[in-house]
Amino acid sequence: MPPLLRVTDLKTHYFGFGGTRVVKAVDGISFSLDAGETFGLVGESGCGKTTTCHALVRLLAPSARIVSGSIELEGEDLLGKSQHEMREIRGRRIATILQDPMASLDPLFSIYDQVAEPAYYHRAFRGQKLRQRVKELLTGVRIPSPEVRMKNFPHQLSGGMRQRIVGAIAQAGGPQIIIADEPTTNLDVTIQLQYLNLLRDLQRASGVALIFVTHNLGIVAKMCDRVAVMYAGKIVEMQSVRGLFYDPKHPYTKALLDSIPKLGTRQPLYAIPGQPPDLSDLPTGCSFHPRCARAMERCRTEEPWEHPMGNGATARCWLPIEEATRG
Amino acid sequence: MAEPLLEVRDLKKHFAVGSSLLGGVQGWVKAVDGISFTVNRGETLGLVGESGCGKTTTAKLVLAAEEVTSGTIAFEGRDIATLRGKDLANYRSRVQVVFQDPYSSLSPRMRVGDIIGEPIEAHERLSRREVQSRVGELLDLVGLRPDVARLFPHEFSGGQRQRLAIARALSTNARLIVLDEPVSALDVSIRAHIISLLEEIQARLAVSYLFIAHDLAAVTHLSQQTAVMYLGKLVEVANSLELCATPLHPYTKALFAASLPSHPDEPREEIVLSGEVPSALNPPSGCHFHPRCPFVMPRCSEQEPELVELSPGHRVACHLYD
Repeated sequence: MPPLLRVTDLKTHYFGFGGTRVVKAVDGISFSLDAGETFGLVGESGCGKTTTCHALVRLLAPSARIVSGSIELEGEDLLGKSQHEMREIRGRRIATILQDPMASLDPLFSIYDQVAEPAYYHRAFRGQKLRQRVKELLTGVRIPSPEVRMKNFPHQLSGGMRQRIVGAIAQAGGPQIIIADEPTTNLDVTIQLQYLNLLRDLQRASGVALIFVTHNLGIVAKMCDRVAVMYAGKIVEMQSVRGLFYDPKHPYTKALLDSIPKLGTRQPLYAIPGQPPDLSDLPTGCSFHPRCARAMERCRTEEPWEHPMGNGATARCWLPIEEATRG
Repeated sequence: MAEPLLEVRDLKKHFAVGSSLLGGVQGWVKAVDGISFTVNRGETLGLVGESGCGKTTTAKLVLAAEEVTSGTIAFEGRDIATLRGKDLANYRSRVQVVFQDPYSSLSPRMRVGDIIGEPIEAHERLSRREVQSRVGELLDLVGLRPDVARLFPHEFSGGQRQRLAIARALSTNARLIVLDEPVSALDVSIRAHIISLLEEIQARLAVSYLFIAHDLAAVTHLSQQTAVMYLGKLVEVANSLELCATPLHPYTKALFAASLPSHPDEPREEIVLSGEVPSALNPPSGCHFHPRCPFVMPRCSEQEPELVELSPGHRVACHLYD
């Protein structure tokens, strides 16, 4: 059986100044997603996480272009679809939750209108049935007194409640995949916990697959089954969430884990030297080598490939490759 | 022996709501409602809480940017409300601030040398050359090359800008720096740089920090003492490591439960708070936390708990411990 979603060697570049400046935001990433799974996409700002999400639903900025690769949803090629055909997929089969709920909600439409829209277009609910469906969806995201709230407008709700409305809209079309792009970054910690638990419960109830995009490794630890770590447009490591935390394979992942303060300890933090690279002027060889504590001569000149590490883990690093060839 | 630098006693700041020329005051937002804490010399006090709990108002009061409604803030033993003219200017040079967003806190039209040099010129009589050499030393202290002084802020990354903001805060030999969410806007790998830099500077210059943040792990990492704030009041104050090991107030427990695990199998007490932070305009009666508290008792809605010391240095305001 093919996976629900398969992304193969996807490259999405931004072209500026008449094509003279090319920003390789996503530069050859491959991953797959199974039904009901939670897949984490982690990395720092500018590593290509969000561009990946936009490419998946084909909602890229005009300056961006999918240069090569393929995106298959249940074996169907999404890149060959027209924008008209994509409208049948967005909301119905792949839904998105973005970081800022105020930007995803239309201030001029009531909550009812906005939650009802996907159910109306994609699932053909009408009349009383539609109203019933909206009520169910709002109850599902734990909006108190949904009958009253559905008459409200976004500005009348708190940040946490708005983000739950966005969650209800994402559910309304009955999608197979929800892409959540930093959905809790703007929320307070106790509200964040509520929201993450809510997403997990919704997933258990509906069996939807989640792609969770975040820079927060704590969210990954709590939510994800499998994780891909992105750096400078590439997936540098991919493995199960436990594998990632207990046995990180790539030096970047290790460094990231060591740079986070842990509760109840005062261990000195590891600060990764330097800064993330400029995506229009990447270092030669492995993009991480200028910041890597274990960089070798080969890292400066040759780019490592995705090396299988057992148990479905991969790492894009010369260290394990060299170890393997040495035996 | 820890020596107090800043002592805040029963501090209150109430904002009038709905007051206009014709209409009267319709209500008061008690942004800060009777809090007391001490920042020791060379130490860090962490202040945690969710948005709207009064953290930033507290910071503004300490910076003398807002007038207090009642209560006192004493710096090196003197009440800052009594300071005037030169003394007040001197206080402001000794207490500095670093804001959350390094993109809006540095003027885009000034060169780095002027951004850091301006407070020095305002507070001290130094020649141009002396100011320049001081700026060079400060840049070196925060890990930047001295020759960046002629650049503009847009030529720096977020982490480097935050270094500039720290250099500016140190430029007048500040003894206390208010850090208002200094790492929240930064990337994970850059956060570690700034936290380590702040630790290094404190070790070197024995400066004190009032570290305001919502990230418990960062706060307890950097501070000796941590105070937890909810709707204008302190609900718990303790040594940071002790607070991590044995949080007492249900809200503190919920905050720890809500802080994300550092690995997938970390045991977590599951306390999911229902509801959201209520409005400070109409705070709940009794203990402000009672509508969301999983351990609520009848008296919680009637009587407000006092902040009492349960063990040395560990204060908590909750009826569970009466």
